[in-house]
Amino acid sequence: MLNGISINYYLLLSTVLFIIGAVGVMARRNSIIIFMCIELMLNAVNLMLVSFSTLHNDPKGQVFVFFIMAVAASEVAVGLAILTMIYRNIKHIDTDLLTNLKN
Amino acid sequence: MKGLLIISGLGILAMLAEIFKFKKILLPLVLLGIIGAYVANFMEWNNGLSISAFDNMIVFDKVSIAFSGVILATAFFWFIMANDYFENSSNVVDHFALVLFAITGALMMTAFKNMTTLFLGIEIMSIPLYVLAASRKRNMASNEAGFKYLIMGSFASGFLLFGIALIYGASGSFDIMQIRAYISSAAPGTLPLFFYAGVVLLLVAMLFKVSAAPFHFWAPDVYQGSPTVITALMSTIVKTAAFAAILRLFMSAFGNVSEIWTVILSAVVALSLVISNFSAAMQSNVKRMLAYSSISHAAFMLMVVLANVRSNATVGALLYYSLAYSIGSIAAFCILYKVTKKGDESFDAFNGLAKRNPLLAGCMTVAMLSLAGIPVTAGFFAKYFVLTIMIATTYKWLVILAILSSAVGVYYYFKIIIAMYFKPAATEEPVEIEMSQKMVVILTCLITLALGIVPGYVAEMFAF
Repeated sequence: MLNGISINYYLLLSTVLFIIGAVGVMARRNSIIIFMCIELMLNAVNLMLVSFSTLHNDPKGQVFVFFIMAVAASEVAVGLAILTMIYRNIKHIDTDLLTNLKN
Repeated sequence: MKGLLIISGLGILAMLAEIFKFKKILLPLVLLGIIGAYVANFMEWNNGLSISAFDNMIVFDKVSIAFSGVILATAFFWFIMANDYFENSSNVVDHFALVLFAITGALMMTAFKNMTTLFLGIEIMSIPLYVLAASRKRNMASNEAGFKYLIMGSFASGFLLFGIALIYGASGSFDIMQIRAYISSAAPGTLPLFFYAGVVLLLVAMLFKVSAAPFHFWAPDVYQGSPTVITALMSTIVKTAAFAAILRLFMSAFGNVSEIWTVILSAVVALSLVISNFSAAMQSNVKRMLAYSSISHAAFMLMVVLANVRSNATVGALLYYSLAYSIGSIAAFCILYKVTKKGDESFDAFNGLAKRNPLLAGCMTVAMLSLAGIPVTAGFFAKYFVLTIMIATTYKWLVILAILSSAVGVYYYFKIIIAMYFKPAATEEPVEIEMSQKMVVILTCLITLALGIVPGYVAEMFAF
């Protein structure tokens, strides 16, 4: 129990958020939205780590969250740089147009 | 531990080279640094102790030192091989720094004892590689490869983190040894369901990283689009590091809940063997073919983990396989890089290579024989050690499948050999190769042959 709410609800909320993110990555075609969905996946994990950390009365989970935030930020920095490069070349960020690589 | 510090220091040094104007001597410096790291690494081997750092989050024991050795040796050859690719581009220094940081992450992955260091190692290795894959700015194929690699890599990281969070929720710890203790202390059947879900998610994430079927769909595109030297990096160092991590994760931490992950892993191995070999046989682009062949090698290496026997022979087999595969791949990619410089990456680029440059053709033959697993080369014994471990387990059907699919493998490796020796060349123009690269090709081929003649030297490193 955290603040009178069972841990299962925290678990359920973060799982639902994670699944929304994962489905978004697979189903959406706009690169920016894909990045947002990846962020949603990572933040769902953050939520879960924080709630477990409080449940176990153990600060390690919250320290892990900082690592995830830092890594997510650098990942997005690299991702947006690549996206800018793609936009300069084809004037579009739709993933359907990325079909240069095939046998 | 010292090796890890030296390599990350080298990365920072490489970044300073532009400011303090020692770009010209950067390559010798990096090579010396890698040799230094290699020596420092094996000095710790002789101590016979496992050295732990950062509150037991990184532990360099014999297994991680051996895998670090494979990574550093590959890195040494890789830097000499890729040297002239960097000379042509304007920002040499950034490339060097990125590669060195990627190697730092790879070394971390061999030595993690905590989920935090596993995650950080994977990310430190992957993020520079996303940049490197997309490093040819005007080339749309390279951009696309970088983008796909980034999306699939972050997607897999999401699963990895979700798995770690669930395991943390059940066990209350990120430490590998404490998770192991938690599993063995729990009464059978009392582990919460979400713990098992966490193990499965971790497995899926790691399979994404090593591109085992059915999580392999990104690999051929990324391998094809990236610059050839970066593809070489991805298929050698990254694979070795990922398998060292998988070995530690699933044998040390989750060895006692093997009933949950071996089922999935056996299906993945079977699928990888079949899909990779049949797809590789149908490719016309050599880089794509090598991508599919790397999936089949991944399947072989996963078999070692699947056997789930905690013994010296298991570690030795995986170590020998990754060494044989890395060294053979470096030779193959170096020659591929030279041959495909004009832009043609199909099998036809190899036509008549035996006339245009007999030395390269000979070395390519050795590399291909090794990758195909023909005797007297390292690749044969690599497969042999794996299959001897597998035959003792209940997965005998996988051994049969592996042998049959290797037979298909011989077909596409020999397509290159046939093109080199029996097809007329489009041009008689000889293939130019620099002296240093020639040395790399010859040395890697000699090592491949030497490993095949005296296989026991590496494989029995752990039998003491």
